[in-house]
Amino acid sequence: MSNLRLIWRKSLNALMLTLTGVAALTVVTVLFLILGYLLYNGGKSLDWAFFTQLPKGEGEDGGGVANAIVGSLKLLAIAGAIGLPVGLLAGVYLAEFGGKTFSFITRYTTDLLNGAPSIVIGLFAYSLAVVPVKHFSALAGGLALAVMVVPITVRSTEEFLRAIPNSLREGAMALGASKWKTIATVVVPAASGGIITGMLLALARVAGETAPLLFTALNNQYWAPGLGQPTASLPVVIYNYAISPYDDWHRQAWAAGLVLLALVLLANIGCRLVINRRGVRSV
Amino acid sequence: MRKTLITLALMLGLAATSGAQTMLNAAGATFPAPIYQKWFETYHTAHSNVQVNYQALGSGAGIAQLTNGTVDFGASDMPLTDDQISKMKSKVLHFPTVLGAVVPTYNVPGVSGDLNFSQKALAGIFLGHITKWNDPEIAKANPGVKLPADDIVVVHRSDGSGTSFIWTDFLSKVSPEWKSSVGAASSVNWPVGLGGKGSDGVTGLIKQTPDSIGYVELIYALQNKVPYGAVQNAAGKFLKADLAGVSAAAAGAAKDMPADFRVSITDAPGAGAYPISSFTWLLIPAQWQDASKRDAVKAFLTWMLADGQGFNESLSYAKLPAAVVTKEKQQIAQIQ
Amino acid sequence: MSTAATTMERAAPPESGPRALIYRLRHGDEVAHIVTLIFAATILLVTSMMVYELWVQSALTRTKFGWEFFWTRTWDPVFENFGAAPFIYGTLVTSVLSLMIAVPLGLAAAIFLAELAPRKISDTLAFLIDLLAAVPSVIYGLLGIFVVIPLMRTTIGPALKATLGFLPIFKGPNYGVGFLTASIVLAIMIVPYIISVSREVLLTVPRDQREAALGLGATRWESTWKVVVPWARPGVMGSVFLALARALGETMAVTMVIGNTPQIATSLFSSGYTIAAAIANEFAEATGPMHQSALMELGLVLFLITFILNGLARLLIIATERGGGRPS
Repeated sequence: MSNLRLIWRKSLNALMLTLTGVAALTVVTVLFLILGYLLYNGGKSLDWAFFTQLPKGEGEDGGGVANAIVGSLKLLAIAGAIGLPVGLLAGVYLAEFGGKTFSFITRYTTDLLNGAPSIVIGLFAYSLAVVPVKHFSALAGGLALAVMVVPITVRSTEEFLRAIPNSLREGAMALGASKWKTIATVVVPAASGGIITGMLLALARVAGETAPLLFTALNNQYWAPGLGQPTASLPVVIYNYAISPYDDWHRQAWAAGLVLLALVLLANIGCRLVINRRGVRSV
Repeated sequence: MRKTLITLALMLGLAATSGAQTMLNAAGATFPAPIYQKWFETYHTAHSNVQVNYQALGSGAGIAQLTNGTVDFGASDMPLTDDQISKMKSKVLHFPTVLGAVVPTYNVPGVSGDLNFSQKALAGIFLGHITKWNDPEIAKANPGVKLPADDIVVVHRSDGSGTSFIWTDFLSKVSPEWKSSVGAASSVNWPVGLGGKGSDGVTGLIKQTPDSIGYVELIYALQNKVPYGAVQNAAGKFLKADLAGVSAAAAGAAKDMPADFRVSITDAPGAGAYPISSFTWLLIPAQWQDASKRDAVKAFLTWMLADGQGFNESLSYAKLPAAVVTKEKQQIAQIQ
Repeated sequence: MSTAATTMERAAPPESGPRALIYRLRHGDEVAHIVTLIFAATILLVTSMMVYELWVQSALTRTKFGWEFFWTRTWDPVFENFGAAPFIYGTLVTSVLSLMIAVPLGLAAAIFLAELAPRKISDTLAFLIDLLAAVPSVIYGLLGIFVVIPLMRTTIGPALKATLGFLPIFKGPNYGVGFLTASIVLAIMIVPYIISVSREVLLTVPRDQREAALGLGATRWESTWKVVVPWARPGVMGSVFLALARALGETMAVTMVIGNTPQIATSLFSSGYTIAAAIANEFAEATGPMHQSALMELGLVLFLITFILNGLARLLIIATERGGGRPS
C-alpha cells in the first residue's frame, strides 16, 4: 500500500513539475508569437513612404505616419521634461531626507498613482489642461503622460540611491561636504547609471500609452507645430487604424505597431541589461 | 490660481505656434468624413496657409466639443436640438454640406445579391423581435433568395453618432414602438446588438462577423465592398440608395427650407425618394475672436458651396439643391 | 576667515540645536531638504487633485442617483438614466476570468523559474517574460482584433461549445468578440506581473525550509507546494492583487475586443462593456453635463477600486518581505 502511495506521489511530482515547465514555456512562446506576428505583418509594410509621409484621408491608400512618430517623440519630450525632474527630486527626498511618516505616505501614494488606470489620468488631464484653455494640445497629452512617468521614476531613483552604500556618504561628509553637496556630487552620480535607465524605462512605458491621449492630444492629420495643437501619436494612430475597415490602414497599423514595439522593447532590453537584474521590477 | 498658472504655461506653448499658418481644429460626424477630408486636403493644397484638422469622432463628440469650446467648429448629421442650442455659448449656424444616404449593410453567408428590407423588417430586427435571417418578414420581401436560419447579429454605433440619429429617426417614423421605447438620438439605449466605434468600426465589425447587419453611410459600404440592401420607402417601393433617390428625398425639403436649415428628410414622400436620406451640417459659430480663422472659414465655405460640391458625386454623396446653396451663401454673411 | 577655523568648522558639524540649524541653512541642506520635499509633496498633491476633480465633476449624477447608480442596469443617454451595473459587471467578469486563467499559469511558471530551472535559464526566461510586461496595451489590442477574435470564432469558441456547450456560460452565439476574448487578452497581459513578483518572492524563501521538507522525505513538488509556496503566499497574493488592479484599469486592449455593449449576460460569448472602455468610447462625445458626470463617476469608482486593491497588494508584499507567511 505504501508502495502504491509512493508511486502516486512520485508520478504526481513528475507531472506537476513538467506542467510548470510547460507553463513557463507557454508564456515565453506567447512573447515570441507576438514578436513574430508584428515582424511578419508589420515588416512587409515598412518603407520609406511610411516613415516620411503624412496620412491620407479615409479610404485612400498610401500615406505614412511621419507626424505620428514625431508627435510621439514630442509627447515623450514633454512628459520627460515635466515628469523626470519631479520623479528624480522626489526620489532623492525619499532616499536621503525623508522623515518616517511622510516618507511612508509618499511612497504609498506613489505606488497608488502608479496603479491608477491610465484612462482616469486622461480624464484628469482633460479637466485640468484642455477645458480651461479650450484646446486639445500636445501639452495636455504630455502632462497626462508626465503624471504616469513620475511614480515609476520615483521608485527607481529611490531604489538606486538606497543601493549606494552609506560609506560613500560618510566619506564625503568626513571630508567636509554638506549633505546636499554629498548627494549632488557623490551619491547621485554614483547611482546615475541606474537612475538614467530607470528614467528611460519610465519613458518607454508611457510611449505606448493610448488612453490618456484620447482626449488630451487627440489626433491630427497634419504636422502640429509647437505645443498648443492636437498631435498625432503612434498609439492613437494604431488604435484608429486597427478598428477601421480599410485594409490599407490595417497594414499601416501593423507597421506602426512594429515600430512602437521595437522602440519600447529595445529601450527595455538595453536598460535591463544595464541594471542587470537588480532593482527595478517590471510592475 | 492653478488655472492661471496652467493658462500661462499653455500660452507660452501656444506662442510657439504663431506663424503664417491658420490652423483650425474641427471634430464631428463620420458620415461625411471621407468628403470632408477630401475637401480639407484639396483646399489645403490650393491654400497652403490654411490647415483644417478634422477628427471624425462622431456627431455627438462634435457637438459636445463645440459646446465645450475645444474645437473651432463641429460637424453633425443631426441638427442641433433646441436644448443643445441653449447650451452653446454663442450662436451656432448650420451649414448643410452634402446629402447622403444611410444603408443597411449585412454579411449573410450564401447571400451575394441585394436584399430587400421592408420598414417592418428593419424595425423588427433592431428591436430584437426578428431574430433569424429566414424570418417571414424578411423572406417575403426577397422571394427566391435562400436565407439561412442563422441568428441575426445586429451591429450599431457605440459612440454618439449622427448616422445613428438618421437611422433611429427613420425607425421612429416607421415604427411607433421604436419611437416610444427607444427614440431618435445620436446615442440610444439599443435593445440589441454589438457596438462599433465610428462608421469605420461598424463596417469593420460587419466585415468580420457573419450573419451581421448594421447601418452605415453609403460611401463606407461602397469603399469597403460590403453588400447593402434596398429599403422600402413611404410609397412602398424598395429602393437601393443612390444619388437620384437621395436628391428626390431632398427635393421637397429644398423648397421649404427653414432659415436655420434644420430639417429631417427621412421617410420622404415620393415614389423615387430613398427613405433614409439626410443632409449633414457643419456647425459654425457665428462669432469669432480670431480674424484669420474667421476669414479662413468664410473662404472655405464659399469654396465648398461652389467647387467643393463638384467632389460630392465621386464619393457617392449628392449635391446640395441649388435653392439651398443660394440660401447658404447668404448665411455666410452672418459669420462675424 | 582663517583656514584653521573653517576646517575645524567644516570637520565637525554640530549635531543639533540652533547652531546645527544655522549650519544646515548656510550649507544649503535645508534648502535641498525643502526643495525635494516639495517635489515629493506634489505627488500627494496630484493624487488628491485627481480624486477631487473626479468627485466634483461627478456631482450631478451622484446627487441625482445616489447609491442606485451602482445597480441600475440601464445606460440611456437619451432619457438621461445612467446606471453603472453593466460596466461594473463587465469589469469584474473580465478581470476575474483573466485571473482564473493567468494565476495558475503564472504561478506554475514562477515555480518553474524559482525552483526548478537552473539559475541562468531562470534569469533569461524571467528577462524575456519581463519584456512581455513592457508591450503596450494597444499592441495587445491589435493582436486581439486580428488574431484572437478570429481564433475565438473559428477554433476556441466551437471547441468550447462542442465540449462544454451545455453550461450556461457557453451558450449563445459566438461572434468572436465578447467577455471571453477580452479575458484571454487580459490574461496574457497580466501573467508577466504574476510571474515576476511571485518568482522574486519565491526566491526569498529561506533554503532551509525546502531542505527541511526534503529531508523529511517530501518529493520536490510536495516540498514546493506544501512548504515553499505557503511561505510566500502573502507575496503571491500581493502579485495577484497587482495583476487584478492592472486588469481592472486596462482600456485599449479591452475596448478593441469586448463588443462595446452595455449589458449583463451570462454567456461568456456575449459582448459586454467595462468601465474603462466606456469612458474611452463615450467621453469625447458625452452629450451634456449629466452624461459627462456619469462617466466621471465611473472613473471615480474605478479609481477607488484600484486604489484599494493596490493598497492591499503593497501591504501583502511588504508582509512577505518582512517575515514570510508560516504555513498554517
